[in-house]
Amino acid sequence: MTPTNLPKNPKIGAAQIRLLERLTNACSVSGDEGELRSIVLELVRPAVDEVRVDALGNVLATKRGQGEGRPKVLLVAHMDEVGFIITHDDNEGFFRFETVGGADVRYLAGKPVWVGKEHIPGIIGSKPIHLTTWEERRQPISVDSLRIDVGPGNGSKVKPGDRATFATSFTRLGPSLRAKALDDRLGVATLLELVTHAPQNIDLLAAFTVQEEVGLRGAGVAAYALDPDLAIVLDSTPAHDLPSWDGSENTRYDARLGAGPAIYVADRATLSDPRLVRHLVETAEKAGIPYQIRQPGGGGTDAGAVHRQRAGIPSVSVSVPARYNHTPAAICRLSDWKNTLALVYAALLGLDGKGWKVEGV
Amino acid sequence: MTDLLALLKKLLAAPGLSGHEAPVREIIAEAWRPLVDEISVSRLGSLHALRRGDLPEPRPSLLISAHMDAIGLMVTGLAGEFLRITEVGGIDARILPGQLVTVHGRKDLPGVIVQPPSHLLPPDHHEDHVSLDNLLVDTGLAADEVRRLTRVGDLISFAQAPIELGGEVIAGHTLDDRAAVAALTVCLDELQKRQLAWDVWAVASTQEEETLGGAATSAFQLRPSLAVAVDVTFASSPGTPSYLAFEMGKGITLLMGPNIHPALYKVFKALADRLEIPYKVEVSGPHSGTDAYTMQVAAEGIPTMVMGIPLRYMHTPVEVVSMKDIARAGRLLAEFAAGLDTETMSKIVWE
Repeated sequence: MTPTNLPKNPKIGAAQIRLLERLTNACSVSGDEGELRSIVLELVRPAVDEVRVDALGNVLATKRGQGEGRPKVLLVAHMDEVGFIITHDDNEGFFRFETVGGADVRYLAGKPVWVGKEHIPGIIGSKPIHLTTWEERRQPISVDSLRIDVGPGNGSKVKPGDRATFATSFTRLGPSLRAKALDDRLGVATLLELVTHAPQNIDLLAAFTVQEEVGLRGAGVAAYALDPDLAIVLDSTPAHDLPSWDGSENTRYDARLGAGPAIYVADRATLSDPRLVRHLVETAEKAGIPYQIRQPGGGGTDAGAVHRQRAGIPSVSVSVPARYNHTPAAICRLSDWKNTLALVYAALLGLDGKGWKVEGV
Repeated sequence: MTDLLALLKKLLAAPGLSGHEAPVREIIAEAWRPLVDEISVSRLGSLHALRRGDLPEPRPSLLISAHMDAIGLMVTGLAGEFLRITEVGGIDARILPGQLVTVHGRKDLPGVIVQPPSHLLPPDHHEDHVSLDNLLVDTGLAADEVRRLTRVGDLISFAQAPIELGGEVIAGHTLDDRAAVAALTVCLDELQKRQLAWDVWAVASTQEEETLGGAATSAFQLRPSLAVAVDVTFASSPGTPSYLAFEMGKGITLLMGPNIHPALYKVFKALADRLEIPYKVEVSGPHSGTDAYTMQVAAEGIPTMVMGIPLRYMHTPVEVVSMKDIARAGRLLAEFAAGLDTETMSKIVWE
């Protein structure tokens, strides 16, 4: 007789894509992740043994498995996104703002935004081209010179301290998905799917973290509190797989769309645990899941904060590649997201408790 | 009565780049058809809508124009999954990265304009400088699909949906000059309950952003006694010098300058004063940057006037105007049209 109480395999289907749409259309700028946290809590609470919100606003959940000696595996995805914070009311519906996280300042002028918890629509305007000089158009537009304009009638609904995000709604583009904040709603959606379909051979510790974009601040305390044997960070890595201006080979692409989940070996914040890298690569090859090694170099994920906690936590990052992260509209391939979930799930199933604990030598 | 906000949103959502105005023209024709006696399309694509007057023929006529064409982009080349682009109309490339667009290929494809990282740009390229030549459009499609569905010369429209801001204010692309198309609609609406002595031609003109070819040829064909261009003007906004700009929502502008017949200007000014329609005087240089520039010199010459609707962030996909100013422009136009009689032309004379 087939047991009916085993969880089904996680997958990315229509429901998961709708969830990603809901997650990306929500606003959750670093330090003000409440909107996303409430969605995460709603979905996580029925699926886990324990869940709590810690002092920084991280959502920490535990889903225990079965059997002896099972490893405690921390999975991390950050809830926050880059955006803006209102700093001053200039009256008549105009507001000064600063960027939060690494919002790409080349992408601000002439864009719509959502301000505050009510998603008040606003505009980041730009000086008319008719009033600019040729020299001026060769210079970048400084953030200082820009304002968020919510219109004369909505000025009283916005106040300093309110956060704002790019106002881009989720769209399917053929084999791709376009949205704001794919970094890291892709990770959040993946982790939600894993939490609700947790493998039984591990204790799954899930950290939906805050303030990744402003210095990996949430993940550190989350990892300390959950005290795992090892950690896998689920993020979205920038794909710079664009053509070069003269048609020469682009050798610094970081990651490529369509080439599968990007496994981190090293970035500026973390040297990934080689055993975990090997485990992921072997799992992918055995299961026939495409993968790529994210080009070593700059950048950083929550793994940077996690691996240094306590006496050290073996860590690795697996990312869904996306172009134009930190801009109004990022693009990823649905196939990469599916393969990322498949790889991480298969890797979790292949973990046992041996080797991860601190032992005498 | 036309539901003006609904019509304007429909106009803002329609493509219609300079020289390719058919999609928006159909929407305007549908809105104007019940309001006029006759409607036709010119050889260069402008929409001509006639409301007949009751003076005996040959009747004098008034032409009111608003241009319906949009600025946008065009495909100049394919690069794998990406498209290279140039502009249609004047665009500051610095506002382009991150803009949502529709590529009008073999079918309409949504996309986004992006700037490659600096290591993929020419070596002399300044780190943060944005130049149109180096921007790309990403449709999210694989290279073979891009090759199948797009080609050089395909048009690209801004896809920014209209946004209602607080206080009867709307944002969107191509409010320059579809806000004025809405104002002409207000005028035609108002004129429903009025007797007209003169013929009134409402013209939604083409190609203003590139060559002014639409209004020039419509003025020649229709040979009006007087012509009024309604266009947008600079509204006060961050970075715009206050001496060049007018407060949005606080009234329209009446232009004076070489493109404007001074006597016609005086008639408009006196009328606005009498009706207590708020306005500011806008002094324009030798090129008003409107259809009036070409209408003035059509055929043997036509006395022209220009009205301005203050608009923020001109030539971005998030232009902003006040619905109040649109209504004011429409009302003043209607009152002017309704007041035209056998005596009018005797007042439009040089001192």
